[in-house]
Amino acid sequence: MVVSVAPVEIEEADTESLVVPDKPWVTIVWNDPVNLMSYVAFVFQKHFGYSREKSTELMMDVHQKGRAAVSNGTREEMERDVEAMHGYGLWATMQHDE
Amino acid sequence: MVASFRRARKGGVSVTFGVDESRVLRHVLGEMVELLGTDAADSADEDPLAVAVGIGTSTKAPADPALARLFPDGYSDDPDASADFRRYTETGLRSTKLEALQSALATVGEPGQRVTLTPEQAEAWLRALNDTRLVLGERLGITDEIEEVIASLGEDDPRLALFWVYDRLTYLQETLVQALWSGP
Repeated sequence: MVVSVAPVEIEEADTESLVVPDKPWVTIVWNDPVNLMSYVAFVFQKHFGYSREKSTELMMDVHQKGRAAVSNGTREEMERDVEAMHGYGLWATMQHDE
Repeated sequence: MVASFRRARKGGVSVTFGVDESRVLRHVLGEMVELLGTDAADSADEDPLAVAVGIGTSTKAPADPALARLFPDGYSDDPDASADFRRYTETGLRSTKLEALQSALATVGEPGQRVTLTPEQAEAWLRALNDTRLVLGERLGITDEIEEVIASLGEDDPRLALFWVYDRLTYLQETLVQALWSGP
């Protein structure tokens, strides 16, 4: 992702805690060189209803670690999330969490 | 003077494009409409009924890398599931992206004329600008080191103009995110 105005300093987030046993599928958002950091965080807040803080943490995870698990749930739920992310132009895939 | 989106009343935004900007925007948005519209029309084997309910027959990622970036695989490591996912989502996604581009194109406004967008029109602009940057980024081979790529181009390299457009769109999109993002 690219910074076009000001980078946001934020503490490292723990994405592991997003995965719980009865919701075995996860949506992963991958880093890419075009999407704006502000836009990615905005999309997380808009689509998932996360706080601005959590959305920014997840965005920083994508930016710094190359990927972040942004949601988890049933396969059908994750297909809806991945489709929505693709609608926004984010690079997202889903996978079964081992 | 470079245009930027500003917050307006009732959750909307406003913007005034200059002569050059409105011309460039009409051009690139028009190209995007053509890119997304033409490729769909090429799929002559699509079942009209399936298309009507949003199911396509395409199971493979588009050959054009830019389109492949707009419609990526849905599964991390399952090509069969990705093919199914594509069949059920790509047609609908394509229509949504096309509608956003057409909405943006219809609200560029006349040069020097202030345009006020509803929240829905503003979101269409956001999606349209992002998709256009994704396509330009793919065409230009944009990486995290964009300055290095630009520095490597000769002064008369035709791609310089596209980089300039890409840069303008990046700035516009950033101002739009900031104008829309007033939440906690």
